[in-house]
Amino acid sequence: MDLQISKGWKIGTACLAILALVSIGAAHSAAPKTGKERVVKVVAKRFIYTPNEIILKAGVPARLEFTSLDFVHGFKVPDLDIRVDLPPGKVTTVHLTPQKAGVYDFLCDNFCGVGHEEMSGKIIVKD
Amino acid sequence: MINRRDFMKLSAVGGGAVFLSGLSQITQAAAAYDDFYFVQLSDSHWGYQGPANPEANNTLRKAVETVNGLELQPDFIMFTGDLTHTTDDPKERRKRLTEFRDIVSDLKVKNVHFIPGEHDASLDNGAAFKEFFGETHYSFDHKGVHFVTLDNVSDPGASIGEAQLAWLAADLAKQARDARIVVFTHRPLFDLVPKWDWATRDGAKVVQILMEYPNVTVFYGHIHQENHHMTGHIAHHSAKSLVFPLPAPGSQDKRTPLPWNPAAPFSGLGFREVEAEDKPFQLKITEFPVTRA
Repeated sequence: MDLQISKGWKIGTACLAILALVSIGAAHSAAPKTGKERVVKVVAKRFIYTPNEIILKAGVPARLEFTSLDFVHGFKVPDLDIRVDLPPGKVTTVHLTPQKAGVYDFLCDNFCGVGHEEMSGKIIVKD
Repeated sequence: MINRRDFMKLSAVGGGAVFLSGLSQITQAAAAYDDFYFVQLSDSHWGYQGPANPEANNTLRKAVETVNGLELQPDFIMFTGDLTHTTDDPKERRKRLTEFRDIVSDLKVKNVHFIPGEHDASLDNGAAFKEFFGETHYSFDHKGVHFVTLDNVSDPGASIGEAQLAWLAADLAKQARDARIVVFTHRPLFDLVPKWDWATRDGAKVVQILMEYPNVTVFYGHIHQENHHMTGHIAHHSAKSLVFPLPAPGSQDKRTPLPWNPAAPFSGLGFREVEAEDKPFQLKITEFPVTRA
């Protein structure tokens, strides 16, 4: 099967702050229509996400497209109950619709080497 | 002649804070029991080089000397992971493990147990660690207490996994419901600070298994400081490290090491003694610095 939906529509734990759907292979995904989505491409490599600050707007759907260059990094946003593996060689897509302004930390939660502890970032949701 | 309990009272004066762990619910003692104590050492990160500990080449040796200087030697010693600092080079990893093993071989006590941390095991799924120290999860019994070690680091995603969970359930099923159980692991089994990766991905499943047993205490490392937490009736105690302390849980944006203090070298580092006392059964924790005046 081409599509692996590892996380269905997800209601975040932080006050229903976000809706998210994670898929691998966006072309085949049952994701929402992409026309209104804000697309953010993120590169993950040891030991940094680029960009490591992702600015989104509350209520506006977004699609995060991750490409990992060197490791099965993780992408975890604890306060939004989002986590996914980022295997190299494919695009991993996270669809989300942040509902509430705020700053949400994310991190790599797959130990990837000596700089693993530094591999983190923030999703900044603005009104 | 001074007995063990009296000695612990005296040593606590020189050692530091004493913390009494749970397990006081026991009313029906296990068959044979005798007071004893063990030492927990953790997070030596042998091979680390950096400003957070300019004495990193000496700290582990000093800790070994301090443990060897204890007037009464422990029944056994447990290292709860991150014996070495991580490296991408498999040869260097084995070199560090060799040097670590050589240093701790100077411990007077020869009954020494090891479990890995993510720095030892996550990049090769525990292969090098197993070459040196054997299995990464196992259990043993000592004087009426059942000790279980869990591996939550050989998977880089910090999962214990279904196979090990099944092993744990089967291992504990052989114990009486009121058995005295002590668990050693590296990462916290609960979500201490998820944004700092201070968690075990399937730790809740472990806690669910452990909850069936009324007398369980967990000792772990990873967070480089003393911390005490309860999940239901289960007490979780983290240990100080032997390389550098980390900030209090969630106290700042990143979990960067606390700076080395030249005026107080080795401050924030140390190890602990844990005395298993009978009547009533309790685990008495005494913290020690790396070096003693």
